[in-house]
This record gives sequence, C-alpha cells and structure tokens, in this order.
Amino acid sequence: MKPAPFEYLAPRTVPEAVSLLARHGEEAKLLAGGQSLVPLMNMRLARPRRVIDLNRTQGLAYIREVNGALRIGGMTRQATLERSPVIGGRCPLLPEALALVGHPAIRSRGTIGGSLAHADPAAELPAAIAALDGQITATGPRGERTLPATSFFLGVLTTALAPDEVLTEIALPALPPRTGTCFLEVARRHGDFALVGVAVVVSRRSDGACGHARLVFCGVGPTPVRVARAEALVSGRRPDAAVFAAVEGLVRETLQPDGDLHASADYRREVAGVVARRALTTAWSRTNHG
Amino acid sequence: MAERHVVRLTVNGESVERLVEPRKTLADFLRQDVELTGTHLGCEHGVCGACTVLLDGDPVRSCLLFAVQADGARVGTVEGLAHDGLHPIQEAFHDHFALQCGYCTPGMLMTVHDLLQRSPSPTREEIRKALAGNICRCTGYHAIVDAVEAAAARLRAAPPREAAR
Repeated sequence: MKPAPFEYLAPRTVPEAVSLLARHGEEAKLLAGGQSLVPLMNMRLARPRRVIDLNRTQGLAYIREVNGALRIGGMTRQATLERSPVIGGRCPLLPEALALVGHPAIRSRGTIGGSLAHADPAAELPAAIAALDGQITATGPRGERTLPATSFFLGVLTTALAPDEVLTEIALPALPPRTGTCFLEVARRHGDFALVGVAVVVSRRSDGACGHARLVFCGVGPTPVRVARAEALVSGRRPDAAVFAAVEGLVRETLQPDGDLHASADYRREVAGVVARRALTTAWSRTNHG
Repeated sequence: MAERHVVRLTVNGESVERLVEPRKTLADFLRQDVELTGTHLGCEHGVCGACTVLLDGDPVRSCLLFAVQADGARVGTVEGLAHDGLHPIQEAFHDHFALQCGYCTPGMLMTVHDLLQRSPSPTREEIRKALAGNICRCTGYHAIVDAVEAAAARLRAAPPREAAR
C-alpha cells in the first residue's frame, strides 16, 4: 500500500501547469485534492511517472459572484464551498450536496474541479453541477474552452477534458427568481458514495406554475443522468402530490441502472423514484422562499 | 529513484526539516521520519480515518497527502493534544471507556477535536455523523458518543489554555 516512485512537479501558474502536461502527456497526472487519485496510487492502480500538483498553482481557488452568477475556481476546496456564505445564499444546492461528499476530513482537501474531472458516476458534485446548468472551462495549450456540464461527462471516470487540459473554472448561471433546490441520496453509510442520488432545481413562475425544472441523478448510469421527461411533467403545471407521484413512476420506468454488490438494479430504480418524489416535493416547497 | 525534496514544516509547534521522496505520505513521514507513531494507519486509502491529523487547523487524512505537499504547513497530531495532563477530550475517552483496542483512537480524537471547535454543543446525531468517517472495528461507538458529549460539556465549562495546533 505504498505508491510507486514518481517525479513531483509543483507549477506556480496555470500556463506552467499546461506546458508540463503538454510535455509529459500520458505519463503525468494532475493532483488536485488527491482524495481519489492518492488512494489509486497507494493501491498502485495508478502509477503516474510524474505528478503535477495543482495545490501550489496560483489563481485556481476562488468564488466570485457576478450579477447572481457564480464563478468557482477548479481548485476551490469542497469545505470552502460548503461554508461559503456566497454559495449558501446563491446556490444552496451545493452545500446540501457537499455535506454528502465523503467526510469533513475528505472535504478539507477535496476540490470541486477534482471531483468533476474524476467523474465518478456515483459522485454528488457532477449531478449537482449538471442540474445547475453549469459550464466547465478547460485550459490547454490552445487556450480556453467552455462546455456545458451535460456534455462534459462522457462515461465512467471519463470526461471531455483533453490529456493536456486543466479544469480551471466552473460557472453557474444565476437561478431564476423563486427557485427551490434539493439534493437527496440513499447511501449505505453517511459519507459513502450514493447508491442513488438526485439533484433537483425547480422555479415557480409569477403565475404560480413551475417554469424551469431539472432532475439529474447520480449512481444510476455511467454519467450523471438527466431525466428530461420528468422535467417536462412538472414544467408548466402547478405540481401537487399527484404530479410528484407521477414523476416517481416515470423515473422508476425510465432509468436503467446496473445492479452490483451494493444494490440490485430493481432496488436502485425503486429508490430513484422515491428520492425523486421526495426531493422534488422539498424543492418545490422551497420555491416559496426564493 | 525520484529526486528527493526538502520539506520544512511545524509538527505540534516544533520546526521539522527532512529530505523526503515525493511518494512518502504525510502519515509515513510523521511515523518514520519524525518518529511520532501516534498517528495510525489502518486502510491507507482514506476510508478508516485512523490517520486523521490537522493540517493548518483542518482535519485531513494523512495517508492521502504526500509529505512534500505539507511543506510550509502546520501539522497537529495526537501527540500535540495533551498539555499538563490529558486533553479534556482524552480524559473523557478515558473516563467513558471509549476505546477497546485503541487503534482508531488517535483519529477519533483529532476528528472530535475539529468537531468541537466548530460545534461546541453537538447533538448525539451530529456526533455520529461527524464520526462516520472514523471506523472502530471493536464497535465501541456508544461509549465514544458518550465521551464526546462529556468532552463537549467539559470544554464549554473550561476551555483548555492551549489547543492542538
């Protein structure tokens, strides 16, 4: 349980990090919070020849608010986000999801960019960022490019990041007025990866009906899974218990999770419907306060 | 072999300087190079919590951090808790028999230290949540929760003069 030897590189700037990545290519691995990479290295499931540590790279850890929209640096710690009054005020979905990510000692080190780039299908943050219509900025030798979270996640532990790109920023658009959000999951133990989790974002229009709606699940497929048909079911209506129950049924029929040691596919489908109904009910009740 | 790096940091307030291989974790560094063996290694992949230490005041898994990354940092270990006798948290663990084999205890103490700094009056439910990342395989959690409640009461009544660094 000791990592294989590697060369340690600690770039001070993003351009320096990018040029190191470009030079060393597949031999190098970026180290963000290390809460997923270092276990893999300790078990020698990952044996990078070079580790490029972003923890000393300047200008990657920040939270900025511009007209209600948020810009978050890729190396911002999960614990920092969880405790940020700006995030709590503008985007309470994030602290709610973050409280379920590992344990406090994991969140002290873990970063938002690291979690997104690692792309574990059971992880909370990718689903939350997708539900918030987040945009992800990658910086590489050819400059910056920005892509929506929904097209960032390609498969299990696989993203649209090129081997020479660094995830530098997450942008979250301002939420409409009277928006309610909720993150719920079922896990074996507090802090474990979710068997099933869901991020819900809904907005109440001035006429009282539901406008914007997002339901994105984790733990039920290779990437975060958005169920657009469930969103369409609530959008344009004044959702009540009957609508929430219809969403539960639709989610249960739509999702096609795999079964594994921790839970069968049927159980995951059942739980997905239940957490969807509960999270949607809670999120809708929170639109009163927005 | 990969190039070694000079690491300078403080451990429990004392300056330490060593030459380390990049692959050496902070946990192994503390145990082997600084000879502070109070920090225990259980799983070595961040699950068990036995190796929890404080890095610049925040609880971290010392098995998931390379010593070279802690250059310039303040590290607090279980050895730094006691001053003029046991720390109130240690006393409460002792009084409530909140350990059997004791292997998980250093990580429990550091986690509880952080919890009580942030939340001086946690409920039993909050205590259980805070300890969910620290695994005790003697299954002594009831006594540990009792001890944390007692420690919280003691710390509220009489905060220690010097907290762990």
